[in-house]
Amino acid sequence: MNNITSLTLTETLEALKRKDFSEEELNKAYLEGIEKFNPKLNAFLEVRKNKSGIPAAIKDAIITRGIKTTAGSKILSNFIPPYNATVIENLLEQGVSVLGKTNCDEFTMGSSGENSAYGVTKNPWDLNKVPGGSSSGSVAAVAADLCTFALGTDTGGSIRQPASLCGVVGLKPSYGRVSRYGAIAMASSFDQIGPITKSVDDARLVLEWISGGDNYDSNCRKEKFKIKSLAGTNIKGLKVGVPKEYFGKGLDSGVEKVIQAAIKKLEELGAEVVEVALLHTEYGVAAYYILGPSEISSNYARFDGIRYGGTRNNFGSEVKRRIMLGTYSLSTGYYDDYYAKAAKVRTLIRGDFEKAFEKCDVIVGPVSPTTAWDLGAKTDNPLAMYLSDVYTIVANLAGIPGLSVPCGFSEGLPVGLQILGKQWDEQTILKVGYAYEQATEWYKEKPKL
Amino acid sequence: MQLIKEEVKHIAKLANLPLTSEEEEKYSQQLSNILEYIEKLNQVDTANVKPTFNVSGQSNVMSEDKTIASLFQEEALSNAPKVKDNMFETKGVFENE
Repeated sequence: MNNITSLTLTETLEALKRKDFSEEELNKAYLEGIEKFNPKLNAFLEVRKNKSGIPAAIKDAIITRGIKTTAGSKILSNFIPPYNATVIENLLEQGVSVLGKTNCDEFTMGSSGENSAYGVTKNPWDLNKVPGGSSSGSVAAVAADLCTFALGTDTGGSIRQPASLCGVVGLKPSYGRVSRYGAIAMASSFDQIGPITKSVDDARLVLEWISGGDNYDSNCRKEKFKIKSLAGTNIKGLKVGVPKEYFGKGLDSGVEKVIQAAIKKLEELGAEVVEVALLHTEYGVAAYYILGPSEISSNYARFDGIRYGGTRNNFGSEVKRRIMLGTYSLSTGYYDDYYAKAAKVRTLIRGDFEKAFEKCDVIVGPVSPTTAWDLGAKTDNPLAMYLSDVYTIVANLAGIPGLSVPCGFSEGLPVGLQILGKQWDEQTILKVGYAYEQATEWYKEKPKL
Repeated sequence: MQLIKEEVKHIAKLANLPLTSEEEEKYSQQLSNILEYIEKLNQVDTANVKPTFNVSGQSNVMSEDKTIASLFQEEALSNAPKVKDNMFETKGVFENE
């Protein structure tokens, strides 16, 4: 076996079955890669020297029993969870092991990975660029072949956007598909855990592993996501909606070209392209930055430095900013103007999708308006940073699933195609993603480190 | 929407966030910019629209009334900065600091 670490998860499982190599050799190969490349990337915060199991990288915002979990924050610098998140228990049952904990924006608040208290993660395609965020370490680890797959969390785009910027597959499941128990909460009505993988079929398998009912999360749907392998998928006659709101001002022309070519490819594969309208898209970021921070200001009251963690002066500046914004919008006299108003706009955004899905099976467009930007370029301008999530945030407001699939490059940097589906219909977005991936094989491109 | 430094101080107090004078200045500026952007929500007519607070579609989820395993006291206390008599130690509620 010349290169164990370049195999996808499903290929790895087959190779193990054939006894091409042992689990010990598999873990050794990944550990060697981490030793060599992590100093350059800063993707992992903790690494476990396992000898068995399928090595997975877990975003540090997901708690792991006995393994330090900081969520990228100084306030949790010594936190060793006494229990596992439900997704971790589910993975352990499947023979997966925690290879390490990955860097992320502090408490998942950020779009570039630069808000971590433990240093910025670099983009494996260009070490001077951001990897995207907040699941920055998880996407960098998958892109650089430092794990078989990773888990991330997505509250406003934190799986899909970095997956797009680093050229890997990222899936945000429908809200309620995967238990949030043990995911350190950011904004509870938006948070979802999901897979970051080397292929679309891998994302299908990991979603099957981590989905299903959980008594510890009453928003979690009982039915497990389970479909047969995606092999042989055909998308002939499938209706693909293209919203013109995703192709307006702010979209980089290089990214637009790549996305238009990808849509053309779907057409060649037999899909029928229809125009749809998502009229309230431009209000998504504004609504999210009222509702999200409001939930944050309430959730983060739990950090009292009594039961765990340090004192509140250890919060980083983005976390403080969002707590302040939420506290303000919920305070006396402002609730109706801000929180209630934003919650109504959320209804309209949801309605946009319901109407659009009467005309199509999936909606496609860019994940991010640009490719990866220079480190430091947006750190002084929080609003500019927020606007980089304009195409992903709406899916979280509506609770629908979204997939980012590598679809080419603009000036040497990866671009992701976003495929959005009806609530609970991960199956169709995975089918479209798979058909596209098999026809183009962009996923075979690897960064040179 | 302009958020003056005095208001920032007030919000920080409500949120129990210790801020430096420098931070108060910075947040006054940045939060004002963000709120100004958020004003765009006023362009949307929401007169007959109901708010959405939850998108999972689940309601009245019940769980069985039975005892299940939970953390041992030692585990629950394992991350506490201060422990006294096998309990979390906190500041007195009725004492003046």
